[in-house]
Amino acid sequence: MQIRPILAALRRHRVAAFLIGMEIALACAILCNALFLISARIDTMQVSSGVDEDRLVVVSLDGVDDNAAADLAARLRSGLAGIAGVQSVAVTNAVPFGQQAGEAGFRLRADDPHYDNQGHFYVGGPALPSTLGLQLAEGRWFTPDEFGPISEFLPRSPSIMLDSEYARTLWPGESPLGKTVYAIDKAFRVVGTYRSLLRPNPNPGHTHNTLLLAGIPGKGLASVYVLRTAPGKADQVLQAARALVARVAPAVVVNQDYTDTISGLRRSYFAADRAMAGMLVGVIAALLLVTALGIVGLASFWVQQRRKQIGVRRALGATRGDILRYFQTENFLIVSFGIALGMVLAFGLNLVLMSRYELPRLPLFYLPAGALLLWVLGQLAVLAPALRAAAVPPVVATRSV
Amino acid sequence: MFGYYLDLALRSLRRNKALTALMVLAIALGIGACMTTLTVLHVLSGDPLPGKSAQLYYPQLDPRDMDGYQPGEDPPVQVTWTDGMNLLRAGRADRQALMTGGAVPLQPAQSSIEPFFENARYTSADFFPMFEVPILYGRPWTAADDEAHARVALISRKLNDKLFQGRDSTGETLRMNDVAFRIVGVLDSWRMTPHFYDLNNGSYAEDEGVYLPLTTAYELKLGRNGSTDCWGKGSDPDHMDTAPCVWLQYWVQLDTPAKAAAYKQFLIHYSQEQKALGRFQRPPNVRLPDVMGWLDYNKVVPGDVRLQAWLALGFLLVCLVNTVGLMLAKFLRRSAELGVRRALGASRREVFMQLLVESGVIGLTGGIAGLLLSLVGLWLVRKQPSDYAALAHLDLPMLLATFLLAVGASLLAGLLPAWRACQVTPALQLKSN
Repeated sequence: MQIRPILAALRRHRVAAFLIGMEIALACAILCNALFLISARIDTMQVSSGVDEDRLVVVSLDGVDDNAAADLAARLRSGLAGIAGVQSVAVTNAVPFGQQAGEAGFRLRADDPHYDNQGHFYVGGPALPSTLGLQLAEGRWFTPDEFGPISEFLPRSPSIMLDSEYARTLWPGESPLGKTVYAIDKAFRVVGTYRSLLRPNPNPGHTHNTLLLAGIPGKGLASVYVLRTAPGKADQVLQAARALVARVAPAVVVNQDYTDTISGLRRSYFAADRAMAGMLVGVIAALLLVTALGIVGLASFWVQQRRKQIGVRRALGATRGDILRYFQTENFLIVSFGIALGMVLAFGLNLVLMSRYELPRLPLFYLPAGALLLWVLGQLAVLAPALRAAAVPPVVATRSV
Repeated sequence: MFGYYLDLALRSLRRNKALTALMVLAIALGIGACMTTLTVLHVLSGDPLPGKSAQLYYPQLDPRDMDGYQPGEDPPVQVTWTDGMNLLRAGRADRQALMTGGAVPLQPAQSSIEPFFENARYTSADFFPMFEVPILYGRPWTAADDEAHARVALISRKLNDKLFQGRDSTGETLRMNDVAFRIVGVLDSWRMTPHFYDLNNGSYAEDEGVYLPLTTAYELKLGRNGSTDCWGKGSDPDHMDTAPCVWLQYWVQLDTPAKAAAYKQFLIHYSQEQKALGRFQRPPNVRLPDVMGWLDYNKVVPGDVRLQAWLALGFLLVCLVNTVGLMLAKFLRRSAELGVRRALGASRREVFMQLLVESGVIGLTGGIAGLLLSLVGLWLVRKQPSDYAALAHLDLPMLLATFLLAVGASLLAGLLPAWRACQVTPALQLKSN
């Protein structure tokens, strides 16, 4: 295939060819970045909570009276444990994808003037680790005498546990056991680490920065209940639990937004990200459609315009394949020009997004991926007009226009 | 002549239906996507109180201890009870209100309605005139009611409809948290977008159903919704009036810039005075943003919404480049026809106008189709699970903007092709045929 005649022909349609090239370039820039944004959203949505989401049911309550909290927690725990299909019940201050409850800054040295670390403090009753299904990584679980009543947001308890990964980042290369965490005005000694517990509101930068404290259910710790259910029983348990709360504690109100299985809470938590990813897919689809239609339109036009020349070439001995390849090569050249420009634009756009939306750098493999997609799109779009061109009979050459 | 050009344009567009449809579709998709996202952006970044917002300010102080002090740090985004009450009592602004959000259990007298929780705002008397809250029945409570911890309440129109079927309920009793409150007024429909005076419970949260004096709510220990930031010792949830915690929003109305400057000075003096008393430890760190400044500072408009708008603009650009390319091909193909017109005496200008009318027709058709698409788009946005979803409606300015954008964009897209096409030399075109 000779490229020079094609380039010569394109030179006669400089502006139109340049415009389609620009369109491809813009499409390439948007496509690469949109694909990257989608994959970032999907990564965010796939964060592991570390717990058995389908089998854990969460009941969140509003309007718990502090003075009656201890009694209420006891009644609800025994009531909820009695529901068929419930294997264990625990009181906690928060759950993954639930309402955030105990975000606090803490320090690792008592004399540090700054609170450089910030984590989510889970406060749970005795059954919480087993109900959530947490695994011990190092050290030991809390002993019964370590559970304390809540005062000033955190329990009066001497001990604390952390997520094992998080502990590694806090004390790199050292065992966390026996270390001290200073939070608010209390000091807690690390007795163990667990694998693994997600914070209630994970975001790309912060997922497992969680700490666990031992609290006695009652005042300040009576609003969120986690139920481990037998496989497949979660929905029944959820309904029964709602009915039970209405019966046992008519004064409190079930917070419908945060009463669900943890997998249900995960769905609600990521609803906006899912919608955004859907919107990005829509934009990509519309973008590819418009680009393809633009190529079809222009190519059809050129085919019509060159019918006579095509006839002459055919009469001079060019095969149908030659004509077909001519238009395919022409399209390939224009798209390649567009892609070359588009890659530069894609990086520029990514720089803007990085500065304004705290996005990471575009990984390089998105560029060839986007390029391949556009090459395929271009070839598919030009196929119909090119076939029509190839079908032009040689006899056209002998006719006057 | 315009009628003739229009006729020519329609003929030309009819001659090549597929290509015309392509151009219209491209414009429509671009405009549809753009207007959907821009409408959402427009609604979300709007001024909640046009004409008034520039006189409303949100004072910020820094009452924290030296623990973790870094010079140049932003002061906390709320105030403590002590500072809030001090500033409220000082009364240096034209109007001032201290507030927090909450939720109260409502026990309706009617047995037909189950007890339920209603979002509440605990505030002080100036709240209503300061935010120009429309009152349907009755009147707001007074500063004397604030001082007396009066058991009085205002309710929203929606709650009034639910509990009293919309009749004038002033003077009725409302039981909340087992305490009887006297309804002194009913609000007319009112929703601040964004919910600027308290951004803690969602920037686009709905306004509350019940309004109570802050002093009363605190005395009765009614449930709070919002954020609390504490430092140092003594952050006891049971004694929030003395706790070193910020948990209240304080708004002031200052009618002139001079008064605003004076109020800022007052805040600095106040901070110095508190430091001298030993309550504050940090050097005075005072801010006084107005409503729009406060919304900016809090980056209220979700990043996703801005990103979507940029994406849609990029998409529109692709659509326009596409249209320019197609129009160029189309106009240049008609060189022969244009050559004839030129040879018959039409000036370049007239040929140019004729082609622009043609691209204008494409733009207008694309604009109408784009408008329909953006209505579909907004309907889709309203189905989304975000707290601003329900707000996504097209208003008149955006409707006009849609058409301006569509016609403007397609005229812009037609400029280059039309200019290139009217450069043809008539003689050459006639000869070549």
